[in-house]
Amino acid sequence: MPKIKMPKGSPTIDMTPMVDLAFLLVTFFMLTASFRNAEPVTVETPSSISDKIIPKNVLMVTLDRDGRVFFNLTDPEARKEMLNNMLSKYKVSLNNEQIEEFSFMSTFGCTMQELPAYMSTEAAKRASFPTKGIPTDSTKNELLDWLSFAATAAGNSGRTAFEAAKLKGVQPKMEDFKPKFVVRVDSKTLYKDAATVIDVFRELNLNNLNFVTSAEAIPVN
Amino acid sequence: MAQIVESGGGDHGKKGKKRAKKGSTHVDMTPMVDLAFLLLTFFVLTSTFSKPKVMPLNYPAKKIDDGKKAPRVNNAATFILSGDKVYYYRNEFYPKSKPGPNGPTVFEEANFGSGENSVRKLLASWNEYVIKNKVALDKQLDKKQIADTTYDRKLNELTVKREAVKVLIKTDDKALCKSFIDLVDELKIASVGVIAPTDLSPGEKELLKEKN
Repeated sequence: MPKIKMPKGSPTIDMTPMVDLAFLLVTFFMLTASFRNAEPVTVETPSSISDKIIPKNVLMVTLDRDGRVFFNLTDPEARKEMLNNMLSKYKVSLNNEQIEEFSFMSTFGCTMQELPAYMSTEAAKRASFPTKGIPTDSTKNELLDWLSFAATAAGNSGRTAFEAAKLKGVQPKMEDFKPKFVVRVDSKTLYKDAATVIDVFRELNLNNLNFVTSAEAIPVN
Repeated sequence: MAQIVESGGGDHGKKGKKRAKKGSTHVDMTPMVDLAFLLLTFFVLTSTFSKPKVMPLNYPAKKIDDGKKAPRVNNAATFILSGDKVYYYRNEFYPKSKPGPNGPTVFEEANFGSGENSVRKLLASWNEYVIKNKVALDKQLDKKQIADTTYDRKLNELTVKREAVKVLIKTDDKALCKSFIDLVDELKIASVGVIAPTDLSPGEKELLKEKN
């Protein structure tokens, strides 16, 4: 029996197609990836069948499972306006850098007294900042002030954006530019805690609320 | 290894001409490939595909208590959330001291499954009228016989009709947000249009205490 001859050529494999593919995928993921902003709290939202995507111009109140309240306003310009109003109302001062930084932050949660300390904490360490969240009790309802200033500021910036879109020649719908009110709750938050926040919204006559949920399949019957 | 193999440089040139150095042009691509895969892994693991969704819910406007009794609601159903349990009763609340035509109100227990006594089954039977008519409307919308604004208006009209069920949601101190959202979700599945989260009345609180 003749021996099987092993081919003598070099065992080089042309990896070029694989590299091409790898870079294609890298490019795809780089371009499609949307990074989540650093959040001071982790919230596991309940699921629903709703397929409405979260709107752009939002006021979002977040409740973690201990009932601590956090707040976020997406529009940076409106954020600055809201912060300035809050600072003058509560007679708290921040330096210009901090105000600038605040306008590009995301969710935050602390009392007005804690705010200077909160802002001078390093961004990465804010998640562990010892706070009970924004107070909502009726004697010292800071959330009510945040919300009312935020609603006015976001309303103004929405109107400016609407006018700007109108000048561009497209026919925008005012509805798309109005600020939306979003409540994000953890599955394990007590409803009574959520109800106090919702009552603050209702106090300001903001009754159309949206709950953040993760997607769920629609049942087939 | 990953390398570019240059096919033997042109040998067809004139003999006297100076030629570039003939050494191998192999480039070791391994580090680049490593990096590419590292980046790929990073982006695959960090990117979030599903954007969070929102579920709209309209709360009733806050009214000043003017001592007037709340208007009677036709075809109402009340869900009571307590801890992880769901109770319900139909129509108005009749305390034991003042029983209605069918005796005093009794809280029935429901669940969030899809079998017997599930909220989904109950709502499907109570809201049959709306669900049936919605199917017809959906068909019309699919065939583009009606505009989507008309569809929205008609659906709205449908859900406030006498035959449509209206739901009140009441929660006690132990109710979790999960069951609240689950319930609202079930209501949306059953296309209930009128959803009102309200507070427990003293009579209901008492009955709930007996239940637990």
